[in-house]
Amino acid sequence: MEKFQTLTSTYVPLPIENVDTDQIIPARFLKATTREGFGNYLFADWRYDKAGNPNPDFVLNNPTYSGQILVAGKNFGSGSSREHAAWALAGYGFRVIVSSFFADIFKNNALNNGILPIVVSEDFLNDLFECVNKNPKATITVNLEGQILTNNENGRTESFEINAYKKECLLKGLDDIDFLLSNKDKIEAYEKNRIFHY
Amino acid sequence: MKTLFDKIWDAHIVTEVKDGPTQLYIDRHYCHEVTSPQAFAGLRSRGLKVFRPKQTILTADHNIPTMDQDKPIRDEVSRFQVDTLTNNAREFGLTYYGLGNPKNGIVHVIGPENGYTLPGMTIVCGDSHTSTHGAFGAIAFGIGTSEVEMVLASQCILQTRPKTMRITFRGKLNEGVTAKDMALYMISQLTTGGATGYFVEYAGEAVENLSMEGRMTLCNLSIEMGARGGMVAPDETTFAYLNGREFAPQGEKWDEAVAYWKTLKSDEDAVFDKEVVFDASQIKPMITYGTNPGMAMPIDGTIPAPEGNDAASINSFEKALNYMGFKPGEKLEGKAVDYVFLGSCTNGRIEDFRMFANYVKGKKKADNITAWLVPGSWQVRKQIEAEGLDKILKEAGFELRQPGCSACLAMNDDKIPAGKYAVSTSNRNFEGRQGPGARTILASPLVAAAAAVTGRITDPTH
Repeated sequence: MEKFQTLTSTYVPLPIENVDTDQIIPARFLKATTREGFGNYLFADWRYDKAGNPNPDFVLNNPTYSGQILVAGKNFGSGSSREHAAWALAGYGFRVIVSSFFADIFKNNALNNGILPIVVSEDFLNDLFECVNKNPKATITVNLEGQILTNNENGRTESFEINAYKKECLLKGLDDIDFLLSNKDKIEAYEKNRIFHY
Repeated sequence: MKTLFDKIWDAHIVTEVKDGPTQLYIDRHYCHEVTSPQAFAGLRSRGLKVFRPKQTILTADHNIPTMDQDKPIRDEVSRFQVDTLTNNAREFGLTYYGLGNPKNGIVHVIGPENGYTLPGMTIVCGDSHTSTHGAFGAIAFGIGTSEVEMVLASQCILQTRPKTMRITFRGKLNEGVTAKDMALYMISQLTTGGATGYFVEYAGEAVENLSMEGRMTLCNLSIEMGARGGMVAPDETTFAYLNGREFAPQGEKWDEAVAYWKTLKSDEDAVFDKEVVFDASQIKPMITYGTNPGMAMPIDGTIPAPEGNDAASINSFEKALNYMGFKPGEKLEGKAVDYVFLGSCTNGRIEDFRMFANYVKGKKKADNITAWLVPGSWQVRKQIEAEGLDKILKEAGFELRQPGCSACLAMNDDKIPAGKYAVSTSNRNFEGRQGPGARTILASPLVAAAAAVTGRITDPTH
């Protein structure tokens, strides 16, 4: 997994609530057996019309906005557990998603793919939407080590939560399997006293 | 002083990571073709085997046709994905109920019906509706593909301990009101993210009175309010359902297991992080009007105006109603619909087909309705035939399809056309969920049956 330390980037606003993983990547694109190529289908039904042409009203087709950070309305990533949603976001080039609320499974999937989901207050979020509305080149700085997000347009900062283990994984680019495999003796010890043998 | 959740969670802790998640042991792991190929590829590239192959069960369900399953899958990409699962099962030595196997069906239907899902277990699957298995008093939750790989590699997963919530349904349900209506009512009250961060225990008289099928429907929909999972303490209904199932313990082991399972309930003085109480007698048959399951109302209700005053909330609400072609203040009862879908891991079990068949008995399918009746598994379909429900359905103008996830997520050919309205017993009314542009109205099998014979949204209790 790619390491994550700090990032300063312009950002793409998506002020819609309850963006479910069926919108992030519709089910008909889940037939692939590798992790690659999903970025092309990110938000496919919002991004393209029925004939497959880019929908000019959708933010990803608006050249005014760009960047490695997506800023979205609350409850981002609800619904299906499909990790393809995280692969699509990563494949498109996003490394950070900022929202005031994330669905649990999506949050884990994002972290497992080197994408940092950052929870901010409603107020901070609305401020980000307003800033980028006025200046599409507005930037955000993410400092993972210090757990601080800065809205560079007005200097406003907010600290964010991340558990120490996941933070370490992201900073060093480690994944959970390495950790779990290093605990094999503990797993086998647990199994000796396991309740289920059927 | 422990909740049911605490008892099971604590019994599965392998170790705790300092300032981090718990390493939790997983008793049962289910896999399907869509969320597993990259996990198996990951194992292969690390040179690993499946750590405990007996604890993983595979089935093909999401991406399979519901007609002509004896012939090769026509869609080449779908066929390749299903073949990949078949090959992974063979290469890694795993139990696999593929197409043509009499035990094939939707993963959350076949696990319980074969006795693989048992009280007290930890159960995961790369599928958010894994919460279904909580109906048996298990900790069951959906995971992503990286986590599928973790479980295959180590039979463990790293998870942060969720908070606990108890939702109590006091009193009795009225005639014609089902577990599906309880769930839609609950989600409409708590909203689609209202239980995020929590693991829910369902309790109260109305829950105790549910059959196992009803409890599975209720637990299945836990994820639709953001909960990691939902569970019901095992009781005599649970034991009666499991007794004699092929992979449930037998003989002496059964007695031993039941004695243990009887201890699996929240202690009287257990404290939950959040308690919610509903009056079951107030619940009416429910329908959804928007594009998430929280946008639900009683069938005779009126679509509300948007709540909140921030732009994002209002935009999202308006976007949903535009997509559905509805307006605030509109009533949906009596509105003509085009499709009826009975099936899915939410409502594709024998009891759902009994309810539907019982309602349409002696009536006729409305001419304007295309109906897709998709049993959750081959065993459900066999039971439908054994009970003669197929004949009742046929006389009323309905045909049974072959099992699979089907139009619930429309990965196969079962897609609702753009702009058409479908009354669906499935779990998600998201934009495009049942096909690009499809408009989904979630409801119980009874509401679906009433719509199928009248061609309109109809209260089945009238």
